[in-house]
Amino acid sequence: MGINGKSTNKSLLRFTTAGSVDDGKSTLIGRLLYDSKSIFEDQMEHIVQSGKRLGREELDLSLLTDGLRAEREQGITIDVAYRYFATPARKFIIADTPGHIQYTRNMVTGASTADLAVILIDARKGVLEQTIRHSYIASLLDIRHTIFCINKMDMVDWSEKVFTKIKEELGLLINKLNISDAHFIPLSAKYGDNVVDRSENMKWYNGKTFLGLIETIEIRKNKNPENQRFPVQTIIRPHTTEFHDYRGYAGRIAGGVFRPGDEITVLPSLRKSKIKSIDVLGKTLSESIAGDSVAISLEDEIDISRGDMLVASNDIPVISQDIKLMICWFNERPMKVGGKYLIRLNSNESGGIIKNISYRMNINTLEHDFENTTVNMNDIAEITIKTSKPLFFDSYKKNNITGSMIFVDEGTNETVAAGMIL
Amino acid sequence: MKNQINISDEHLKELEDEAIFVMREVAAQFEKKVLLFSGGKDSIVLVHLARKAFWPARIPFTLMHIDTGHNFEETLKFRDDLAKEFGAELIVKYVQDSIDKGRVVEELGVNASRNKAQSVTLLDAVEELQIDVAIGGGRRDEEKARAKERFFSHRNEFGQWDPKNQRPELWNIFNGRKHSGEHFRVFPISNWTELDVWQYILNENIKLPELYYTHKRKIFNRNGVYLAWAPFMQLKPNEEVFETDVRCRTIGDITCTGVTLSKADSLEEIIAEIAATRVTERGGRYDDKRSEAAMEDRKKEGYF
Repeated sequence: MGINGKSTNKSLLRFTTAGSVDDGKSTLIGRLLYDSKSIFEDQMEHIVQSGKRLGREELDLSLLTDGLRAEREQGITIDVAYRYFATPARKFIIADTPGHIQYTRNMVTGASTADLAVILIDARKGVLEQTIRHSYIASLLDIRHTIFCINKMDMVDWSEKVFTKIKEELGLLINKLNISDAHFIPLSAKYGDNVVDRSENMKWYNGKTFLGLIETIEIRKNKNPENQRFPVQTIIRPHTTEFHDYRGYAGRIAGGVFRPGDEITVLPSLRKSKIKSIDVLGKTLSESIAGDSVAISLEDEIDISRGDMLVASNDIPVISQDIKLMICWFNERPMKVGGKYLIRLNSNESGGIIKNISYRMNINTLEHDFENTTVNMNDIAEITIKTSKPLFFDSYKKNNITGSMIFVDEGTNETVAAGMIL
Repeated sequence: MKNQINISDEHLKELEDEAIFVMREVAAQFEKKVLLFSGGKDSIVLVHLARKAFWPARIPFTLMHIDTGHNFEETLKFRDDLAKEFGAELIVKYVQDSIDKGRVVEELGVNASRNKAQSVTLLDAVEELQIDVAIGGGRRDEEKARAKERFFSHRNEFGQWDPKNQRPELWNIFNGRKHSGEHFRVFPISNWTELDVWQYILNENIKLPELYYTHKRKIFNRNGVYLAWAPFMQLKPNEEVFETDVRCRTIGDITCTGVTLSKADSLEEIIAEIAATRVTERGGRYDDKRSEAAMEDRKKEGYF
């Protein structure tokens, strides 16, 4: 693996795969782990033993990802499973999600933290409803990079013509959706063609293999380098002699670059101050960027608590009690107009009431349904809410962190919906 | 000397930022907070992350050790020293007390272990001390049931985990709301792998118990797993105790923690060894070998 003591500078790539039992998703992941030597002997032994008990004849690599007893027994993926592997080039986290329509909420969950989406297409079948669904979810969650794997090429005689036709179909779909960076790979997960090793059967393809692509694809982690956003999680007050007056605002930077001396505005109070220092365990930083967990202290003593946000004074986000957003509904009880929920936006909390449902999304056809607007579990809809106090936010497209929220049922404490602000 | 704060590996920096974020959410969302501290490397890394998350203030969590009484002795000293060094409060709860009170019946026979009994002691402590959150060092790459676990994992009033009905966890928004009597387990290093933990320990210059490095020890082979020998352990007729160079890949209850034959005496060598290994970390854990869903079952009952 070329890892001797201190390793090279590796980046982290989080990707999500959505697919159903039969489209070869588990085989692809299994093949990837197997060919990159990321399956360990004891795991392999488990898969073999488990497969025998369940009466599977061939080696079933899906047993590796299906971690719960019920999943193994029923041979289905119910919940998101996370898999980890690394090559000398990169470290990967796979959020493996079930692809059926009744698991849309799991797909949304897995996609929410992904940098890249992998969508499998059966070369024999081309673009199907589920392709549209998976692509739509990737674009809804604003995953900027997508790899379309045209799988089972072995069953269409490794035909370039088939591949090109599917690629054209996908081109039309991509134009309708917000997918800016799309890649297409013809492969056979079953035989390993173009997964880790280059295919001997498809010499007409001169692009990268699947592993080659995910190892090198450039991911813009900091999706919002311009707008300074720092939601405050908690206040650090040591009360010790050495740090008697220290007051640090702890949080993870959600956008922009912060430097000591920057003039900032505190929301919701709109009070202004300057950054005195940015600290992490005794070290003072000269600059800090989106993704960094830091503690910021200010020149002035201002009343700041959890849920507040520090932003650039010349770049204030939207402040409003009326919010239009796309939601994915997670709960068995349908969403109700007039229903009240607890809203969590970053570290901020507020009451919220559903004012209006504009339409329900048909995620198989991308049509808007204005007639039947009952929002059931797994449905995606455009809605408007009113919050009990003004919230400060950006659109989800502008900033995934300051533009996303969850809805909590105050009776059961369950997370009932995810929302992306329009 | 190495710079203690510099993290050269980009992916470790991202994992660290995530873990610190999670720790701070715990501090903000809960009342009575403990960090489950075993003296093993994962819990030592947790303490380090907690220091980073709240510096210059003290760690806002009480360290809690569920002591089976079957320990590698030096981990106890390490535990006490570490708590003292960082000024953290330490609570120790003993499985022996649960046995004496009749709360749990001790396993008998050659494979007897108090590993499972820890869940009872832990849940009793949760109830007695009204703990509403316990931070643990569990990682998703360790075991297949753990791969399904959330960062914020809800436990009902019986302390049980319901894997089929977990709250969806989106972006970086963690929902720690609960009814009274319920609690949460939180796993800040969910996304770390074993290798990440070791590289982080190296980069951050974190002190570990000597057991992780090579040393001479009396061991025996049980079904392909090397176990450290201790006077209270029963041997099967075919098992023979011998002394050799070993190190611990994980540290837990001595009755179920396998040791690795190794001469690695530096972090660099350990990392090279782990990078080359073909067996997972828990491959040497006897507690997971009991059945396919051993971990899932223990977790449902309230295990770490």
